[in-house]
Amino acid sequence: MNKITCDVCIVGGGPAGLSAAVAAKKAGAKDVLIVERDEALGGILQQCIHPGFGLKLFKEELTGPEYFGRFVDEANELGVKALLNSMVLEVTADTVTCINGELGVCEISAKAIVLAMGCRERTRANIVIPGTRPAGVYTAGTAQRLINRQNEMVGKKVVILGSGDIGMIMARRMTLEGAKVEAVVEIMDFLAGLTRNRVQCLDDFGIPLLLSHTIIDIKGNDRVESVVIAQVDENKKPIMSTAREIECDTLLLSVGLIPENELTSNAKIEISPITKGPKVNQYMQTSIKSVFACGNVVHVNDLVDNVSAESAKAGESAAKFAAGKLEDSTAVTVETGDNVRYVCPQSVIPADEKVDLYFRVMKPQKGVVITVTDGDNVLFTRKAIKVNPGEMEKATVSVKDITSLMVSVKEA
Amino acid sequence: MKADVLVIGAGAVGTAITRELTKYRLNVICVDKREDVGGDCSKSNSAIIHTGYDAKPGTLESELVVAANPQYDKLTRDLDIPFKRIGAILPAITDEQFAQLPEIKEKALKNRVYDVQYLSKEQILEMEPNINPEVKGGLFIPRESIIDPFIYVVAMAENAVANGAKFMLETEVTGIRKEGDRVVGAETTKGYIEADYIVNAAGLFCDEIANMVGKFDYTVVPRKGQFYILDKNTGCKVNHIVLPIPTKITKGKLMTPTIHGNMLVGPTAEDLYDKYDKSTNTEGLNSIRDDVTKLIPGVMLQDTITQFCGLRANRNPEGLNIDVYDDVKHYVNLSGVRSTGLTNSVSVGAYVANLLREIGLKMEFNENFIEKRKGIVCIRELSKEEQHKKILENPLYGNIVCRCESVTEGEIVDAIHSPIPAKSVDAIKRRLRAGMGRCQGGFCGPKVIEILARELGCEPKDICKNNSKSYMVCGKVK
Repeated sequence: MNKITCDVCIVGGGPAGLSAAVAAKKAGAKDVLIVERDEALGGILQQCIHPGFGLKLFKEELTGPEYFGRFVDEANELGVKALLNSMVLEVTADTVTCINGELGVCEISAKAIVLAMGCRERTRANIVIPGTRPAGVYTAGTAQRLINRQNEMVGKKVVILGSGDIGMIMARRMTLEGAKVEAVVEIMDFLAGLTRNRVQCLDDFGIPLLLSHTIIDIKGNDRVESVVIAQVDENKKPIMSTAREIECDTLLLSVGLIPENELTSNAKIEISPITKGPKVNQYMQTSIKSVFACGNVVHVNDLVDNVSAESAKAGESAAKFAAGKLEDSTAVTVETGDNVRYVCPQSVIPADEKVDLYFRVMKPQKGVVITVTDGDNVLFTRKAIKVNPGEMEKATVSVKDITSLMVSVKEA
Repeated sequence: MKADVLVIGAGAVGTAITRELTKYRLNVICVDKREDVGGDCSKSNSAIIHTGYDAKPGTLESELVVAANPQYDKLTRDLDIPFKRIGAILPAITDEQFAQLPEIKEKALKNRVYDVQYLSKEQILEMEPNINPEVKGGLFIPRESIIDPFIYVVAMAENAVANGAKFMLETEVTGIRKEGDRVVGAETTKGYIEADYIVNAAGLFCDEIANMVGKFDYTVVPRKGQFYILDKNTGCKVNHIVLPIPTKITKGKLMTPTIHGNMLVGPTAEDLYDKYDKSTNTEGLNSIRDDVTKLIPGVMLQDTITQFCGLRANRNPEGLNIDVYDDVKHYVNLSGVRSTGLTNSVSVGAYVANLLREIGLKMEFNENFIEKRKGIVCIRELSKEEQHKKILENPLYGNIVCRCESVTEGEIVDAIHSPIPAKSVDAIKRRLRAGMGRCQGGFCGPKVIEILARELGCEPKDICKNNSKSYMVCGKVK
């Protein structure tokens, strides 16, 4: 077996892993090694050939490959190493074990480890759509890979379930490739993804968005032949009298993402039941102090720019930890107040610094005020015209001497 | 083409008959209309090797199931088939069910299943802490076992091939030729096959084959069974097959581990007319929830990674029948092979071979019969040292394609070039579990298509999920 040692080992070479690697190098880590299962760095951005990335971070609009290309260039300049075509099988507090076709099994000893495995898509089975099981039912991301990386067209007449960003982007992509997208069907009475994607991907192409609708049956034994859709009532139960069949050969699903945490849970790292990702503090440190985590493996982000920012924090902290210089004292749990589903980080160590608290609301709300409090002490307040579960919110607070933290969203 | 025996249907039963016949110096051809062996009932069932404790005593079905169960230890070792004797528990939740236990035990004895034991409430809760705490007591059936049904069929077929049998897949029988009162061959979509003897093991479609020889004495009534498969990491598991006490109306719904550590929950039992209706439906899936919750209140169906539906090839009039006829000689007809079919396939093989001898087939023992078969190496089950060695031999064993089940490109290539080649996405999935994990092929699907096309020398658009019309992609992008 091969033995490798490094200061910081990063599991995953997508946007999170790349940003963490660059930041770890900049913070002084000597050997930084990315372990990536794909044949190239970039992760899911390799198949995201559409523009819309980098508006926050670079103040310009980039495609996925352009966006991660900047990080790859920087990582190369800084001397970050990468082990490609390598699947990680196990992570412990100080070791990452992976397999690679050329090297066989590799055991990588690291002073600090950063988990950046990203997420996977929820499937048809997760949401229990009844019907037959023909070919032609794809998650939107799988279809995106087939089309954008393998040049294979998945179908010609398409229905999309779920108004997540990938679903809407695929509606446009399929249309540009000559397919007819019959409808985007969304069970909730609001859009799951970003408003800008609805405008640019659906409205501009005349693709109908059917809110409060779902798919109640899939037909066809060999290939999809049709789907049956119906409106849902306020309890999300289909109203059978509204059922109608749409002929199609393909059903794409954009019904949510789940952080990919098999390695994390096998390492016995504490997982949040809400985000399904590891619980972290402001240093993106998990319940195993030498293991950090960032990006969609922690919580599903809607903008890669946020992933990069949060991952830079993880990389920097991992480098500090490897050098024995990371702050360590009792953390304060971040509480979720009114209309807040979760906050990341889940805990904060009081320190003389400012911390970005990222959070999502439970339901859409208009005319609100966002507050962060430490008991009676208001640390942050901001008014917002509207908040939406599909769009992550941020509050930056100073955490010196705090004894508690709560994020709330209330009517203004 | 010419065969001593033509077996129609390459499910568990057809492959078992084919393999059994290769123990004799015979030229055997097995045909199936699907693209892979075991592509119908044999792939969608509860994957249990039954003891026959609850069969109707005195029936052929009881005889064959009871005789089959003890054979599986050696058979699965010889053929490298995942198999485990985990035993079944029948918990009596109500007083009424508790009162039924002696009757069930007595029936087991009549079926010559003598090892059924009573369990106290305490014993049950110790064996299965997730069983409804209101349980009053129950029965233990130690030899009820679990198997990998896909590998079972593939292994039987591969071993038959090693012993000289020929499998012709995507070959549908369209007619049977008779001369006088005997059959002489079958018309198929791949041409005429001359055959001295023909065995109808066509499962769901056995009535259609029977019609071709002029027999109309029964019809197949497909009985739908819907199931949930739960994630290996689900929070509420069982260690044994947990079976409900049957009611007059239904055998009921069970929960069991699969041989690979998932939980299997179901099935429903719905009689149908459409042999192609393999759809799940909300009513069926909800009924599984309602029923299984009574046995295992904490079952977490929200951890489902897939739901599927299988059709039992039940018949009307009911019952397992293996028939020969005076007016249709050189022909054996199997019908009513239903939920016990997977279990009894191995004894059906021996029974049919003997029946063929009785109706005149010359059977000389094949002393060169190879008893053993080795499956594809399973990289995930090797130690790190063994994995390392394997990868250095072949780098493709170091390329994990299916991350959920840790399946490597090397294993996929092996399956494509195995004795019964895996040519479809589902055939790969059934042999190796690529696409059977929690992401259901979202990650490995595109790669499997690519590897299949490369190894088979065709375009990705020619790669199908299973049958020839189930194309995965429809051509290149613009």
